[in-house]
Amino acid sequence: MSVREKPSGRTLGVLAFPVGMLVVFFLIPFGIMVATSFYHRVPGAFYTPAFELANWQRLFQPVFLERALFSIWICLLAGVVCITIAFPFTYFLTRMRRRAHVALLIVVLSALSLSEVIVAFTWYILLGRASGVSNILVWLGLMNQPTAYQPSFEAVLLGLCYIAFPYCILTLYPQLTRLDPEITEAAQTLGASPWRTFWTVVVPIARPIVMAGFLLVFVFTLGSYLIADFLGRPEHWTLSVFIANQASANANVPFAATMAIFLTLLSLIVVAFVGLIESRTRRLM
Amino acid sequence: MDVRGGLRLEGLVKRFDDVVAVAGVDLELPPGKLISFLGPSGCGKTTMLRMIAGLEHPTEGRIFLDDDDITDRPAYRRDIGMVFQSLALFPHLNVAGNIGYGLRIRGAEKDRMASRVRELLDLVSLEGLGDRRIQQLSGGQRQRVATARALALEPRLFLLDEPLSALDANLREQLQVELRLLQQQLGISTIIVTHDQREAMTMSDLVVVMNAGRIEQVGPPLEVYRRPGSPFVAGFIGRTNLLVGEAAGDGSIDIAGHPFDVTGGADTSGEVTVSVRPEAAQLVADAMPGRNSLPGTVVFVRDLGELFECFVDCGVGEHVIVAGSPRDWVPVQQGAEVAVLFPAEACVVVTS
Repeated sequence: MSVREKPSGRTLGVLAFPVGMLVVFFLIPFGIMVATSFYHRVPGAFYTPAFELANWQRLFQPVFLERALFSIWICLLAGVVCITIAFPFTYFLTRMRRRAHVALLIVVLSALSLSEVIVAFTWYILLGRASGVSNILVWLGLMNQPTAYQPSFEAVLLGLCYIAFPYCILTLYPQLTRLDPEITEAAQTLGASPWRTFWTVVVPIARPIVMAGFLLVFVFTLGSYLIADFLGRPEHWTLSVFIANQASANANVPFAATMAIFLTLLSLIVVAFVGLIESRTRRLM
Repeated sequence: MDVRGGLRLEGLVKRFDDVVAVAGVDLELPPGKLISFLGPSGCGKTTMLRMIAGLEHPTEGRIFLDDDDITDRPAYRRDIGMVFQSLALFPHLNVAGNIGYGLRIRGAEKDRMASRVRELLDLVSLEGLGDRRIQQLSGGQRQRVATARALALEPRLFLLDEPLSALDANLREQLQVELRLLQQQLGISTIIVTHDQREAMTMSDLVVVMNAGRIEQVGPPLEVYRRPGSPFVAGFIGRTNLLVGEAAGDGSIDIAGHPFDVTGGADTSGEVTVSVRPEAAQLVADAMPGRNSLPGTVVFVRDLGELFECFVDCGVGEHVIVAGSPRDWVPVQQGAEVAVLFPAEACVVVTS
């Protein structure tokens, strides 16, 4: 039937709940944040309602733009690293025997119960000099004396990948489980080795979901601030660290709001851009 | 085309943990023929096909293709084309991309690939549909794409795993004939797995009947139908009446106290089972049975238009079914006392 039915009262009732949630927990807070970004900061105190562009002008200082670009760079990199590891991992996970498959999945997903604070602290210790992993290498005789791997760019990247990895697997898992095993078998009977099958069949079929997983990691890590704060030097800090510092340490909520909006817009642009590339290349295939 | 694709299986066994899927199969299949593996689900026929394709490794035994031992060769180096039950078409490629996939993997030139794809599209009557997406095709068209894709590399052996099971009955029958004509045209050695005895009868040169991981009987379709080698085969390939009797050892059998003659197979003595096809049995109106007949009461009569069937209770276990064309049918009523005649040449001893 192509005639579009008029939404009944029942349909509207069902829709009211999610729409209401969206308004109360997303639109209203976001509106408050937009308004706050124009407020006047009172040094030594808090802020007063006003309409001034000072915060937005301050945003266009080189340091913040440079931080914004760095944030996008490291989060895109985290997305690439996560997908590169998570995709083959999830693919082979779904092809395992059921018992091993479920056990591994539980281990991976249990990492979701760790908060960002615990993850950041744990890696801080593991990568540190006093009781970090380098002590094991010394004990094994591979190194002369323990060394610290943090703070560093690699440590921040590692931490970001660690918190995003389970989410990445959760995104990939449903579609890869549903991939008909006969499809890869068909490729093999047509002369493709398992490696070529993976590249010519599995990856192209899963491309949309790979993109989705990549974007999820990007957006998710862009919002993380503890990891970069704990495991990086100031030059490894993402914009989120600055937002947190402004809001809590400097009590400059209007400027924090400005940067948060800016970061949201930037991530929207990146997501839209990746989505555009994705639909372009798909049409060309 | 040269005749290649002769297959020999030696002592083939496949176990999955504790489950025995194939329990020791020795089989020699001639090249250039269409052979069907026929059996109920779970009989091991698909596992056999997958071992031949290289998608499962046998627990024991060897597989020879044209006298080459291919047991340890991976699927992608076996020179085999296969149509899967789900068809397994690549959803990210269009029709031409699917058909040309094998050529692309082999690194064929663009021009040669395009002309070969066109040739194959003609072969399966899909001219001009190369640009279609798989999602735009009907079930029958998808089946044809899968066939063309499997034949693209001119494989030595063409395997089909219940390729028509997803289609409705009319289309299935049409494609059975098409596939058979295509196979005869190409002369390609083909194995088809099916649980549908009509499909096997329609298409095959040779039927391999399987049950519980073993081969029950191998033979041309009509021979398997007319001279089933076991009660299982008799019951699985079409319907049959199984009558248990006592063989005297001189060619005569006593069934429920009535004397029977059978042509061949009754030179042993002891308990035997005799199979008689419903359409070979005849109704006799008077209730005075002679040799090779049993008295009985008509329990149920049905006229299916193309076929008339009568269920008779002869007191020998299950009801005896007598079937015939409505043209030469003697009208009988439910409850009538009749005799059923089992002509000697239609009686096949299936156990001894």
